[in-house]
Amino acid sequence: MEYVIHILIVIVIYATLALSLDLIVGHTGILSVAHAGYFGIGAYVVAVLSTRLGIHSILTLTTAAGLGALASLAVSLPALRLREDYFVIATFGFQIIFSNVLNNWVPLTRGPLGIPGIPEFTLFGVRIASQGGLLCLAGFVALVALAIVYALLHSPFGRVLHGIREDEVLMESYGKNVLRFKILTFAVSAAIASTAGGVYAVYLAFIDPTSFTVMDSILMISMVIIGGAGSLLGPPLGAALLVLLPELMRFLGLPPSASANVRQIVYGLMLVVVIALRPTGLVGAYKVGR
Amino acid sequence: MLSCVDLHKSFDSVVALNGVALSFARGEVCAVIGPNGAGKTTLLNVLTGFIRADRGRCLLGTWDITALAPHRIALKGVSRTFQDLRLVKQLSVLDNVLLAFKPQMGESLWRALSRVGLSDQAAALRVRAAEVLSELRLSEHKHQPAGDLSYGQQKLLTIATCVATGANVLLLDEPFSGVDPGTRELVVKLIDTFRQKSKTVVFVEHDIDAVRRVADRVIAMSQGTVIADGAPEEILSRSEILESYL
Repeated sequence: MEYVIHILIVIVIYATLALSLDLIVGHTGILSVAHAGYFGIGAYVVAVLSTRLGIHSILTLTTAAGLGALASLAVSLPALRLREDYFVIATFGFQIIFSNVLNNWVPLTRGPLGIPGIPEFTLFGVRIASQGGLLCLAGFVALVALAIVYALLHSPFGRVLHGIREDEVLMESYGKNVLRFKILTFAVSAAIASTAGGVYAVYLAFIDPTSFTVMDSILMISMVIIGGAGSLLGPPLGAALLVLLPELMRFLGLPPSASANVRQIVYGLMLVVVIALRPTGLVGAYKVGR
Repeated sequence: MLSCVDLHKSFDSVVALNGVALSFARGEVCAVIGPNGAGKTTLLNVLTGFIRADRGRCLLGTWDITALAPHRIALKGVSRTFQDLRLVKQLSVLDNVLLAFKPQMGESLWRALSRVGLSDQAAALRVRAAEVLSELRLSEHKHQPAGDLSYGQQKLLTIATCVATGANVLLLDEPFSGVDPGTRELVVKLIDTFRQKSKTVVFVEHDIDAVRRVADRVIAMSQGTVIADGAPEEILSRSEILESYL
């Protein structure tokens, strides 16, 4: 049972991440490979604040969200003016810089050693230590993220995002400040990803830079594309599939040295098959990169 | 109302605008004619901020709009359509019109999340959008995706979105091209309505009959310069213009 709950928690965290990434990829039409960076910012903010300063759990999560949004400005303010492909390169640059910072700013992050001993989450004095409790915490954060994304998309704000995705020039001609919409959406997306990162840190009680690399960003994009961009159901579905897949592969009896490589091959194959047979993903409404 | 002074624009060695100076009065319906490459669409692009002029100024009343971003020019009341049909084809006809309304409360992040006061404004905008669509005989299609409309209906919808912006200056790029006779009559009627409402209309067009019917003034362009400017009967009676520039 513990194993099942563990898988559920990981699925819910990645579903939150995929949902937040889809806000920019599927609904605004901006491809970013920096999402693992924002996920990592949240995780490290929670880890550092709780282990070094003993700050209260709720405050660490809200600080993580705020700093994630703030960090998004470092990419969006200079780079969102760039053409689409150059923007992707800029987000790649951010992701690489972030990974280097995690590995080399040893006094703060402890570098490759990571940060162990992240305290349990407490809510109004109650420790959330059990797996069931942590699943509820992850589920609550996912529901809040879903509510935010739903509210945005079902408002004039969301209508403009879809307009930007289809035709930025047209939106400018309607008097919409396209850059402002993109910056705000990027910030909301980063804030959600950072919060998910905070939950991840609390759940594992240990984090290191290997969970926040460009490969993790690509995994998140794969979740969005395979599940289906531009829909509320697609990204969580993609997250569930890509979290479950390696778990199912355990039963194939592959040697540990080969399983990681085989997993990457299977991810790649899934992407190719989905893009070839169903470009909008399993339940999606938007073809990424059209 | 809208004017430009000494506009110059080149694309590498191609001169698109060469010292264009024009002024459009309130309530005037003005046709811009000329052969392909004359600079007509570039003129619209410069006036709406989508292309920055190399030299010269654009004014809206007393406001200098030369260096403004397109969305800021649009907010000052200059709306346009494009030569290639630009619509959000996945969204419904109604949503396309709703998009075009001036900044709405729900376009603020905070309002979108908190939903405070959104429903009243949304209801009012839906009523206005229904009026616009009714005027253009698109009411029965309002829930269809815009991409499912016929070419002529999509053209009408682009004009509907222009109307929805509430702009006082409408720049229309080839509003009569490729439309059936019924739609053509509707566009003629619409432009008349704009005139009655004292809106300034500048339209680029190759359809000489449509120009004769609706324009108060005709500007002929060639190789980036204005070569004739006057009343339609005067300009369109000049055989060299009719033969060479249409």
